[in-house]
This record gives sequence, structure tokens and C-alpha cells, in this order.
Amino acid sequence: MTSSTETVSTQDIIDYATRLGDDAIVIGHRLSEWVSKAPFIEEDVAIGNVSLDFLGHARMYYTYAAEVSNKQNGTDDVTEDTFAYLRDERQFQNHLLHELHKGDFAYTTARQLLVDVYNKYFLEQLEKSNDATLAAIAMKASKESKYHCRRSKDWTLRLGDGTSESHERMQVALNDIWGYTHELFELDELEQRLVDAGVAVDCTTLKADWLKEVTAIIEEATLTVPDQDWAVRGGRQGYHTEHLGHLLTEMQFVHRSFPGAKW
Amino acid sequence: MAEYNKSEAELEAVFQQKIDSEQKIEPKDWMPEAYRKNLIRQMSQHAHSEVIGMQPEGNFITRAPSLRRKTVLLSKVQDEGGHGLYLYSATETLGIARSELIAALQSGEAKYASIFNYPAQTWGDMGAIGWLVDGAAIVNQVSLQRTSYGPYSRGMIRICKEESFHQRQGYVIMMELAKGTPEQKQMAQDSLNRFYWPALMMFGPHDSESAHSAKSMKWKIKRETNDDLRQKFIDQTAPQIAYLGLEHPDKDLVWNEEKGQHDSGEIDWEEFYAVINGNGHSNRQRIQHHVKAHEEGAWVRDAMSAYKQKKSQRKINADTAA
Repeated sequence: MTSSTETVSTQDIIDYATRLGDDAIVIGHRLSEWVSKAPFIEEDVAIGNVSLDFLGHARMYYTYAAEVSNKQNGTDDVTEDTFAYLRDERQFQNHLLHELHKGDFAYTTARQLLVDVYNKYFLEQLEKSNDATLAAIAMKASKESKYHCRRSKDWTLRLGDGTSESHERMQVALNDIWGYTHELFELDELEQRLVDAGVAVDCTTLKADWLKEVTAIIEEATLTVPDQDWAVRGGRQGYHTEHLGHLLTEMQFVHRSFPGAKW
Repeated sequence: MAEYNKSEAELEAVFQQKIDSEQKIEPKDWMPEAYRKNLIRQMSQHAHSEVIGMQPEGNFITRAPSLRRKTVLLSKVQDEGGHGLYLYSATETLGIARSELIAALQSGEAKYASIFNYPAQTWGDMGAIGWLVDGAAIVNQVSLQRTSYGPYSRGMIRICKEESFHQRQGYVIMMELAKGTPEQKQMAQDSLNRFYWPALMMFGPHDSESAHSAKSMKWKIKRETNDDLRQKFIDQTAPQIAYLGLEHPDKDLVWNEEKGQHDSGEIDWEEFYAVINGNGHSNRQRIQHHVKAHEEGAWVRDAMSAYKQKKSQRKINADTAA
């Protein structure tokens, strides 16, 4: 992270903050689907908490994208909701891992482990961004992310090393999800430009630490790290699984039914 | 302890004297079996209502029309889960396990507030539920802060603080709708029309018809009668409706100067009993949803206890080896 942000295009900043917001809103929404459906009430409350954290992150990223956007275009009508509610599937740029369906509790746990450990390392790096706002968002999100990691680890151990049924469900979930993790560690041109400018995280550098940590947890949970050779990509380019369209349909329906209304 | 030397009648006299002098009854105090049963019924019904009440609003978390509203609604529904937890814990002090209480809910033996058998259809219903349903609940709960059973009373004090935030979030939703587009205002009116009367029914039958009232009043489990509490709610809600610029659903509502309160139209008690007896839109759905989540979570709960057991066994083994 050497050069200065002066050379960075504001559109790049908007796009980067938006995609980080997309990751957070999509996983936050998925987690919120658990409310009133968790295995016991303490978990309804706990999952709700984690969901709220992600919604909070999404709102910070989107609000920043909106501010920069309004400043760039001399407007004042772009808000966090513009990004969440008025863009379509092809415009969302979240990593595919986040949009996969809710699944059973093992699926949610396995996905969350992979996401939370990733976020921990990602946010540690984003705190060093020379974009002050992104660094500040990362600072706040990072504390929550560490708690999320502990929680996901605890659940992975309980389910992996619990009963034969829970073990089996966790292994199936990991196998079904693993192929979506590879793109977390890849850069497209946009992110490469921002990495060069010291704004974005070079996520290619996170893989070794991430893999080491999740492998240790998975093995402690008596589970097996799945094969590495299956990989699905495309989230950052808006090339999504069929899950995302349904999520957006539900999330955006009321907002879009009343154009221009305030809530 | 001196209690062992006293006859049932003497114990009951001491108990009633405590209640009459506004002392709280605590879990280890002697209490009549009927008092205990009555409390278990009322407190568990209250706990179940919090938990079942997560469903109609949970139904709109994924559709909330702005990120701010989504966040606030999710926080609110999460609080309800928390309230359910306090109340189950407070009920457990009476010597009954949460699992027994949940089994009674799922078998239909225990009740929850009938208001949650009404479907949440529009975003306006999130406003009406927060404002009217939580509003009616608060009127009742404020009164219950003075209930005679200590753990219940303390739980209510804590819950009331959060409930007033819930009611406000509902009213804020209604204000935004009422001052919004004509379609939004119509949405607010429609939700008010559908939830106003059921909210009045939340206070239960008229005092003359209420099965549990007399004893509950004597024991100060209940502090005010159904009709008195309902009147408070009617009086506090009328100006709120006027402020929103919405039409009052009760066409017979008039201010009675002499009494210093509103006279109002009669509640449709046939509807009240029909919904209580299972004919609401959502009665079966609410319980089925609860049972499904509980059954689908069984393997998770099993895994938790298996893991816990393995862990403590490993610790024993390690300690033995050392």
C-alpha cells in the first residue's frame, strides 16, 4: 500500500464499497431468515444478533458509497437504500458464498465459519486502508467479526464432534459449500487498481491464513476439509446462482411497490 | 423452619397477609397450590405469546422496505425472543421446566395471546402491531410490574422498558405511512382497521365474564381488571389516531365529559371466541411453525448435549491419566 488515494477514481471507490455492502447485506438477510426458526430461543436471539451486525456493516458501506456518489454527481438522493433495493441481480456483486440458500443449521454453521474467518482476516487488512472511511468501518466491524468467529468455531465443534447425524450433516454442508470459497481470494481489475492504490485489501494474500485456521477447526471438529478442485466463480461480476434472485425479489418487493415513498 | 409447624390455614393466612401488605412472594415462600398453578398458567401464556409473537413480525423482516426499518424490526423481534426467555426462566422458579411449558404450548393445552392468530399482511401491519398490540401489552404489563410474585414483577419491570421502544417503533412506522403517499396512508388506515378491535380484545373478556379474574385480583397476580385496563388503552389510543389523521375504527366512540373517559362501541365477542377457539387465519400455522422449528432443531440440541458429554468425559480421562 504505497501510492496515494488521489489517483483513485471515485467510481472505483463507490463500486468497491458497494460490493462489500452487497456481501454484508446478502449474508445478513440470509441469517435473518432464521428468526423464529432456530433450534431454541437463545439461538433465535444469537443469530438475530449476528444478522444485525452484518446489516450494520452493509449500511456503513452503502452509506459511504452513497455519500461519494452524491458528491461525484452533485446529487443528494442516493442513499443506502438505493443500493439495497433498486439494483437487480446482475448488478449485485457479492461473493456467491453469501447468497447460497439458508439450508439447515449445519449448512448455515459451515457457511458462517468460512465467512467469519475470512472476514476476520479481511477486516484486519482493511483497517490499514488509506481510505479513512473504509478503515474506520473495518475497525468497527472487525470487533464483531472476532466474536462471530468464536461463535462459528464453537458451533462447528459441537456439530462436527456431536452425534453421527450432526457430523454427517456438517460434512455434507462443507462439501456442498467449499467450491464457493475460492473466489474469495481472487482480484478482478477493479480491486487490483484499488490494491495498487492502497485502498482495497489484496485478498489473494489471505488464503494461507484462512485455510490454516479453518482447517484446524474443521479437523478439531473431526471433519474433513473437502477436495480443492471444485470451484465456482462469478459473484464480483454479477454472475450469480439462482438463489440471489429470489432473495432480492423478497427483500425489494415492498420498497419497489411504492416508488419514491419514504418509510 | 417455623412453617412446618403451621397448618395449611395458618400458612394461607400468613401468605394472604403478605400480599395484603404489598410484600412480594418469592420462589421459596409457601404459596397455595392454586396460586402457583394460576401463575404458571399466566406467566407461561405470557412467555408463549412473546415467542409466538415473533412469527407475524418475523414474517416481514425479509421484506422491510428500508435498511433502517429492517434493522429496527429485527432488533424488536429479537427482543421478543429475549422476553420469552426471561419469562420462561421466571416461570421455572415455580418448579416447572421450560420443556414442559413448550410441550404444553405445542399440544394446545397452554394458550398464547390470540392476537397472534391474525395474519400480518402488509408493511402497515408492522406499524399497527408495534403501536397497538405492543401498546395494549404495555398497559397490561405496566400494571403487572406490581404483581405479587417477585420474579414475575421484576421481569415485567425489565420488559416494560424495552416494550416502550417497541411501541414507538410501531408508531413511527404509522407516522411515516400516514404522512406519506395516498397509497401509504391507505395502508396505514387498513392496518388500523384490522388491528384496532383485536387489540381491544387482548385485555380479555368483560370482568363479568372473566373466569380467572376474582382470584387473581385477591392474590394480586392481576392488579387491575380487564375492563379498566382496556379503558386506559382506548383513552390513550384515541388521540394517537387523531394525530395520525386516520379515521377511528370505532364509529361509536365519544368523549364522556362526566366520566372523564371515552364511551365506546361494543366488541364483537363472537369473533373473539371464534379466533380463540381455533378459527383465526393463523392458529394452526403458528403452532405448526413452532413445532416444525422445534423438531428440525432436535438433532442440533442432541449434538450439543453429546458434545458436552464427550468434552467432560475427555476432561475426566485426562485428569485420571495425569
